[in-house]
Amino acid sequence: MLIRRPSDIPSSDITPESLYWSRRDWLASLGLGLAGGLGLPGLWGAQDQLKPDSWDIITGYNNFYEFGTGKDDPKANAHTLRPRPWSIAVEGEVKRPAVYSVDDIFKGLTPQERIYRHRCVEAWSMVAPWFGYPLRDVIKRLEPGSKAKYVEFVTLLDPVQMPGQRRSVLDWPYVEGLRMDEAMHPLTLLTVGIYGKPIPNQNGAPVRLTVPWKYGFKSIKSIVKIRFVEQQPHNTWAIAAPDEYGFYANVNPNVDHPRWSQAKERPLGQLFKKPTLMFNGYGDQVASLYAGMDLRANF
Amino acid sequence: MTEAQLIRRVVKPVIWLAGLTPLGYQVWAFLTGHLEAEPVKGMEHFTGRTALVILFITLAITPLRRVTRRNSLIKLRRLLGLFAFFYGLVHFTIFLVFDLELSFGDLAHEVMKRPYITVGFSVLLLLSVLAATSPQFMVRKLGKRWQSLHRIIYLAAAGGVLHFLWAQKKDIRLPLIYAAVLAGLLLFRLIPLRVFAPPARPARTPAGVR
Repeated sequence: MLIRRPSDIPSSDITPESLYWSRRDWLASLGLGLAGGLGLPGLWGAQDQLKPDSWDIITGYNNFYEFGTGKDDPKANAHTLRPRPWSIAVEGEVKRPAVYSVDDIFKGLTPQERIYRHRCVEAWSMVAPWFGYPLRDVIKRLEPGSKAKYVEFVTLLDPVQMPGQRRSVLDWPYVEGLRMDEAMHPLTLLTVGIYGKPIPNQNGAPVRLTVPWKYGFKSIKSIVKIRFVEQQPHNTWAIAAPDEYGFYANVNPNVDHPRWSQAKERPLGQLFKKPTLMFNGYGDQVASLYAGMDLRANF
Repeated sequence: MTEAQLIRRVVKPVIWLAGLTPLGYQVWAFLTGHLEAEPVKGMEHFTGRTALVILFITLAITPLRRVTRRNSLIKLRRLLGLFAFFYGLVHFTIFLVFDLELSFGDLAHEVMKRPYITVGFSVLLLLSVLAATSPQFMVRKLGKRWQSLHRIIYLAAAGGVLHFLWAQKKDIRLPLIYAAVLAGLLLFRLIPLRVFAPPARPARTPAGVR
């Protein structure tokens, strides 16, 4: 079987970062901007401040314990992951439960580029040009039933492909979940690329979640299962340290982690911190999801 | 060269050079952009680990002295201890400048609120006391009390390891290794001194007989 791996993609298919930027400048010079083409006005906030970090930063500094607990471990170790062929099991309160190949599940949908702020619960941050499909488009075609109140996601469990799983530093497999309205929010992405290239293994190939208003650990990587459920699902870090990590994990500068302040964040590569924005700067689009909720209790 | 000369002219300069090497490496990495993607965290971890390692080397002098029965090694202890304090101070300064942006109000808040910082800051205070009482005239002035005072290095080392352990998110392998090393260094001190006494010398052969 021919398995196309990122390394097999001819270099002619890959947009060099410099060309990516020059295209971007060219688009800007035509006055198109980024937001206009995507029909999501206001999404980008102060667009000129949202310059993505470099490919090397985004793909070289990762929390992906399945490949080791050090930030540079995933880049060094994730070559053992085989992102193709890859199947995703859809289960639970849904009309079309099935095992889909990663290519079939997106067939016919339009991928989009989204430049998002990414805020880690450890108080560092970056900006990444993700490439993917709004989760809502996928959910709509799967047709969840009325009992589907939450969506649960599961990462691959395979200690051969993911050697970090040989140590029980976390409960494997990694699991995460979203409330249905969070999952259906237009900002929520199933991400398959960065800088227009296939997403590298260390960033969660072949498909990961991106929820830009929540701490990074919500954005589960290398997804093999999507389950529609009635009860709030467990999520791995809340299992590991329930007093430190919650289910909601919305970026919130006013609610500290027990061991450090969340009021500020340090952009990767920089010496000084900058203030963290409520909902990571996406409050005008997502704050209504949590109206009336005590965000201190539901951290 | 006598042993005292060897220590003064060779061993101590080597310790100075080795002791300044981690700092030199950090300055080089800082100036040439070789720090990791989270530069401040990288510098904090590096200087903190360096402080602990040098503290362990300081605590290894006594065991080494007993095993080798070279009492002159004691002359290295103060210099090593001061280097450990120095890296602790650099570690704290990086935190104060880059994380707290020199806000002493924030410092008070963090020290009061976060146990691992409470412990880390206490260790720095303990080491400051040891550093301040390390000159010869202080040793003379304090007399017998100096020795009891300087036993707080054990507390400082244990606090340093606890601070390291508590700062971890999940993976505590490295702090546990540090804890094991410290436990070894402290347990060694429980071995009775007579174990290290020189073996009884054989009766000397009478003069003139070979």
